[in-house]
Amino acid sequence: METQTITKKEIVTKVTERISGSEAIVRCLIAEDVKIIYGYPGGAIMPVYDELYKYQDKIHHVLARHEQGATHAAQGFARISGKVGVAIATSGPGATNLITGIADAQIDSTPMVCITGQVASHLLGSDAFQETDIVGISTPVTKWNCQVTRAADIPIALAKAFYIAKSGRPGPVLVDITKDAQFEEFDFSYEKCTKIRSYVPIPKTVAGTLEAAAKLINAAKKPLIVWGQGIVLSQAEEQFKALVEKAGIPAAWTILGASALPTSHPLNVGMLGMHGNYAPNVLTNQCDVLIAIGMRFDDRVTGKLEEYATQAKVIHFEIDPAEVDKNVKTDVAVLGDAKATLAAILPLINENSHPEWHQQFKDLYEIEYEKVIKGDLHPTKEGLTMGEVIKEINIQSKGDAAIVTDVGQHQMIACRYAEFNKTKSNITSGGLGTMGFGLPAAIGAKMAAPEREVVSISGDGGYQMTIQELGTIFQQKAAVKIVVLNNDFLGMVRQWQQLFFEKRYASTEMVNPNFVAIAEGYYIKAKKVTKREELAGAVKEMMESKEAYFLEVCVEKEGNVFPMVPSGASVSQIRLE
Amino acid sequence: MSTEKNLYTISVYTENNIGLLNRISAIFQRRHINIESLNISPSEIEGVAKFTIVVKMTEVNVKKIIGQIEKQVEVIKAYFHNEEETIYQVSGLFKIKSELLFEEPQIQNIIKDSHARIVTVNTAFFVLEKSGRKEEIVQLYNQLSVFGIMQYTRSGHISVTKEEMKISALLEAYNN
Repeated sequence: METQTITKKEIVTKVTERISGSEAIVRCLIAEDVKIIYGYPGGAIMPVYDELYKYQDKIHHVLARHEQGATHAAQGFARISGKVGVAIATSGPGATNLITGIADAQIDSTPMVCITGQVASHLLGSDAFQETDIVGISTPVTKWNCQVTRAADIPIALAKAFYIAKSGRPGPVLVDITKDAQFEEFDFSYEKCTKIRSYVPIPKTVAGTLEAAAKLINAAKKPLIVWGQGIVLSQAEEQFKALVEKAGIPAAWTILGASALPTSHPLNVGMLGMHGNYAPNVLTNQCDVLIAIGMRFDDRVTGKLEEYATQAKVIHFEIDPAEVDKNVKTDVAVLGDAKATLAAILPLINENSHPEWHQQFKDLYEIEYEKVIKGDLHPTKEGLTMGEVIKEINIQSKGDAAIVTDVGQHQMIACRYAEFNKTKSNITSGGLGTMGFGLPAAIGAKMAAPEREVVSISGDGGYQMTIQELGTIFQQKAAVKIVVLNNDFLGMVRQWQQLFFEKRYASTEMVNPNFVAIAEGYYIKAKKVTKREELAGAVKEMMESKEAYFLEVCVEKEGNVFPMVPSGASVSQIRLE
Repeated sequence: MSTEKNLYTISVYTENNIGLLNRISAIFQRRHINIESLNISPSEIEGVAKFTIVVKMTEVNVKKIIGQIEKQVEVIKAYFHNEEETIYQVSGLFKIKSELLFEEPQIQNIIKDSHARIVTVNTAFFVLEKSGRKEEIVQLYNQLSVFGIMQYTRSGHISVTKEEMKISALLEAYNN
């Protein structure tokens, strides 16, 4: 009887249709609820584009101006929505142009599926036109990848791709599909992947670790929470806030974790790391229990490892077992998904408030305010600061905007001073530090969340690395607000040259074009501000614009970002000037 | 933290998959670690492959490497063991001119003492095979190289561990 039932079930569920591999690719995307993809056509992926043409009412393909832009847009899409971003490209140069975005997504745990066309399978390995070993090239920077040479394997490969990209610690995957597999017809059916036997996306929480962690937290006199993107990725914002509030523990963030707890929350003590806030950096080396949640102790956060929180007991809430003890030796590792482990530990935690310990943070904040923040946000000197631009954006957005940054001085300033009321509001390239990330990522973010205000903030250097995506903004009518903080320098490198290379400004000065004219060339409204008195009005005009808007702000040429933990120094050796 | 480097045998049970070798070797390459020997073969479980990788590194780093290997989607489980915890063999092949067998009677004694096996003999050359620990193969090489070796090759470690590796139980748990 049982065999009969199974046979019946198979007959019922396996409804197949004879379609081409390329149509199957599009149908798989639809089955995965993909509505927007980013890409660029070319020879080896043309059959798929032909199907995208037929299915354009179901899937909106966004033509980027460069494949790198497509990946960053897919990343921006994923980061603001929590869904898988999809990028598609042809073989050879199309595929290799994806690599920077893939590497960025890998190190920042962003769920992304990349589909590349490949030369026909009989040409593989023959140095055919636009052939490149993209599976080999992308291996070290993908969570998973594979090559498909038969149409029949397409549904399984793509089902696995979406499952792997999104589950556990998310990451980018790449599926390379030969052109003959795209043309081949086969009996199509699609089943979502929910399990792979060798893959454990969420590790089991080891028995006793929650209790051990709770014991340490309850006994702590000077506990400090350091949180990262794990809170955002596991959608644990509520559980996290509940823990922070119940235990009364000051909490500091990595830049990818920013916005998981509102900036205005009294227990949010600011940003960690090289250009983070003074108090959490200094007090990392005074706390008695350090509670790391969904973060990976990146070297930009820890400074010199040998002198990082050596006095503290370390608790690490982590989904990826490979991160435990990788950089910082933990006393208790709580494996699992943060949402589940934080919910489970909450009942074990005693209510507390640690008023004296909090006072230490406030005292150090006052010092930082006097020495750094006041001058950044309320400057009296000539020359606009990056900080006052962010302050104006805060005023206009009331903290509700999603801020998408590039990499460099403006990024550190934006992360330090942007106010966030909502989670998933700080979209930036953290681990890889990819200049050029910001503008295309903002496109993806705006398209994923059209109801949100999305402000792209770049420097004059990074902006020019993917400036061609203005074309995408224009064509898509994506209402992205674009701010370029122009100091005519590669500012962060210049700052290091000033501080550590005796002001030898090797190749950091930029002779820049007329940015307003370029934006206007793409029919984007544009304005340039050079004086303080023009700033507030210009930011207001930009934020009130219903369409894309470009705002160039000429800031002081040689401004520096402080505080700063010099490279190789301990976090407690953070410099205020 | 111990900075002493030791030889470790890393055993990786995996799905048999194109590209996985590349993925695993990239983890060593990233950390600038030279792989001393590598062997890939079927394991005791049908459809499951086993990588046996020998590396010289510190225990702290080998633990980190294991984490990064296990993280790969198609890796079922990875273990590391020191030399005492494994039983291993390597195999060496020596191609030698046949005339030496008669001109240098010592060679016959060496073959006998080393328990090497003669795989094939013809008028031009004969081939010796010796399995054992690496030092034994090296010793035989040193003894024979005096007379001249036409070709020599040594395999990677193949090893089993004294400790039980519960891969079947693990796979069963994953399946449920």
